[in-house]
Amino acid sequence: MGLFKSTISRIRQGLSRTATSFGSGLRSLLTGRSIDEAMIDEIEVRLLGADVGVKATREIVDALREDWKAGKISSGDEALEHLKNVLKSRWVHHEPGLAVSGDPPTVILVVGVNGVGKTTSVAKIARALREEGRSVLLAAADTFRAGAVEQLSIWSERLGVDVVKGNQGADPASVAFDAAEAAVARQMDVLLVDTAGRLHTQNDLMRQLVKIRDVIARKIPGAPHEVLLVLDATSGQNALNQARVFTDAVEVTGVFLSKLDGTARGGIVVAIRDELDVPVKLVGIGERPEDVEAFDGDSFIDAIFAE
Amino acid sequence: MFETLTDRLNTTFRSLSGRGRISEDNIKEAMREVRSSLLEADVNLDVVTQFCDEVTKEALGAEVLKSLKPDEQMIGIVHAKLVELMGPVDSQLMMVDPPPTIVMMCGLQGTGKTTTCGKLAAWLKKRGKRVLVVAADLQRPAAVEQLRQVVEESVAEAPGDGHVAFHGEPDKCAEYGKATGVAVMVCQRALKRARAERFDVLLLDTAGRLHVDEDLMKEIQAIDHAVQPHQRMLVVDAMTGQDAVNSAREFNERLAIDGVILTKFDSDTRGGAALSVKRVTGAPIKFIGVGEKVTALEEFHAERMAGRILGMGDVVSLVEKAHEEVEEEEAEKLAEKMAKGQFSLNDFTKQLRTMRRMGPLKQLLGMLPGVGGALKDLDIDDKQLDRLEGIVNSMTQREREDTAVLSKSRTKRIANGAGVPTTEVNKLVKQFGAMQKVTKQMAGMGAMGKMKAMRQMQSAGAGAAAGMGGGMPGFGSRGSTKTKSVKSGFKRRKRR
Repeated sequence: MGLFKSTISRIRQGLSRTATSFGSGLRSLLTGRSIDEAMIDEIEVRLLGADVGVKATREIVDALREDWKAGKISSGDEALEHLKNVLKSRWVHHEPGLAVSGDPPTVILVVGVNGVGKTTSVAKIARALREEGRSVLLAAADTFRAGAVEQLSIWSERLGVDVVKGNQGADPASVAFDAAEAAVARQMDVLLVDTAGRLHTQNDLMRQLVKIRDVIARKIPGAPHEVLLVLDATSGQNALNQARVFTDAVEVTGVFLSKLDGTARGGIVVAIRDELDVPVKLVGIGERPEDVEAFDGDSFIDAIFAE
Repeated sequence: MFETLTDRLNTTFRSLSGRGRISEDNIKEAMREVRSSLLEADVNLDVVTQFCDEVTKEALGAEVLKSLKPDEQMIGIVHAKLVELMGPVDSQLMMVDPPPTIVMMCGLQGTGKTTTCGKLAAWLKKRGKRVLVVAADLQRPAAVEQLRQVVEESVAEAPGDGHVAFHGEPDKCAEYGKATGVAVMVCQRALKRARAERFDVLLLDTAGRLHVDEDLMKEIQAIDHAVQPHQRMLVVDAMTGQDAVNSAREFNERLAIDGVILTKFDSDTRGGAALSVKRVTGAPIKFIGVGEKVTALEEFHAERMAGRILGMGDVVSLVEKAHEEVEEEEAEKLAEKMAKGQFSLNDFTKQLRTMRRMGPLKQLLGMLPGVGGALKDLDIDDKQLDRLEGIVNSMTQREREDTAVLSKSRTKRIANGAGVPTTEVNKLVKQFGAMQKVTKQMAGMGAMGKMKAMRQMQSAGAGAAAGMGGGMPGFGSRGSTKTKSVKSGFKRRKRR
């Protein structure tokens, strides 16, 4: 069984603003009308405006136009169903929830560029796992950014979980190693490793990340069981570069889509499917530690299109 | 992989050229490409539409210059329009009398407000100002502590005669959303202190907030009302997508933004958000953040940014980047060593590492004008350089200092250690030897002689990256094939 089961109502809540500006707008645009070029143009505009990207948008719109021209669909309601199906077919299918090791501890490595919300996301995952009754250990392997260790420490106090920390400027790989050792010794269910934000263009820092991963693998064979890349829902097409480079470096197993509670639509995850075979696993929809949900592609689209 | 904007424009305009002149017909086609490219660069859709309309109008009205091909002229018009829209440039902070000048930072979460505060304090310190930096983010855990450390770094590492101090009240922190009124009081107390202690600038670091979070937007308006900042700076992540306009518009409507700071420009983002935010707020883009160091803040240049969005290369940035990474003292030491013919493999790998710290090779080369487009189809393998480093790392110190000691068995050991065939080790040693000889020769020459020697070195296949400091074996030998593939890259490129 996967960690982290969840419901969709909260996603819908978090997405309500998105739905207002994008989805329900689209629904009211489509229902009760018949398809014409102007409508297709409008759909294109909405998709582009949601950061779906030029290439993916073009594919989606072309497919719609093709079906329309072939006489397969003609009403706006059919177009809506068509769009939903096309979008749904773009998700990577995966077992819901996070991977679990049969031989604990399960190690989850959290990575991403600066400012996407890695530490907050780590706190959210930790809290959810605690709620499921699992023992969690945190590793503060961001020894670079000022205040990062303190930030995770405060979360550990609030959540009542232990944290292994190194000093500012210490080798993050050694912190990860110590944490892995501690997780084994204390027979923890899950070890969550928070890492420093690093731009994917910085080779040195990417190599450092590989080292962190390798060190963990050496201590716990098969680990890390999940490598979660945190992507900011407000980010544009650069998120694709991030996904590609991080995956090349440390074999990302899933995406944590953060900051979905704003007006950004996170459409970039539709485009990511084209580039990578990595599923979106979790979404962040607020500032509080409980503001996290498992990502479910179908529900995500339903929520987007909901009134 | 996305094509760069120049790629597309080159392609489009290449198809335009030969058709004589810009007409209503062919400009339509060109504008479709411009539109796609700007969208891929994350410029907001509405802004793109507006931009294309304006460019079309100007291009049609433009007199076709005899000296320019239509494609060159079009690139010129697009570039000029981008520069116009992102300007006028004003990278100064207006100082008020009597002091303190109050500067308030605001923006979404994770855009880099705290880091930028440190950088701005360093910038002011360099200009001899006395700065008080205030931790008004009581929401995010340890934000106060982070700013304290950032200020410490400004004090310790930034040059200048100014003075940077910190004002924080960590005991006032609370869980997110629960201490919204408190920041106002902290700022007021800080203002009182700044007046009493005669600071020139009061720099307020506020909490990151969503533009749709009513409570927190009210909080920042309350701070705004209470201390009446002279400059309200919106901090925007350069990697932001379409939504950049929504948040920028809302912050601007609530606070009347005076300036914009774009962060994380050391990523490979095309930075279309720059254009979007400028268009929506009308506020000048003042600075860009280009790294994690406290000194990594640059004044904004519209020309350079337009070049970057267009992928036209950015030599100035490249030079600055190189300057940033190479310590002057180290460079001098190296020159001396080269002069004495003591340049060893150790020095070489050090050079290599310095260069690579600046970013992936492809990205660096992409900053050279004209190279960006040509590189598109070229697979530049950073792993090749990894192998090069691997070979040197498998050598003993003695071998690195003097490759003459290399025997067959040593070479074999090195090859095994690096996981490459012995021929690769031999190749490296040979090329390095040739390079060493030339650097020794160069020491006693004048400028002309040096140029000649450089040419010799290149034809010897040892080192191409002149000007990067030090030659680069392995790289040079690939030089000829590279030129070829760049050319064939040009040929291969066709209209899609």
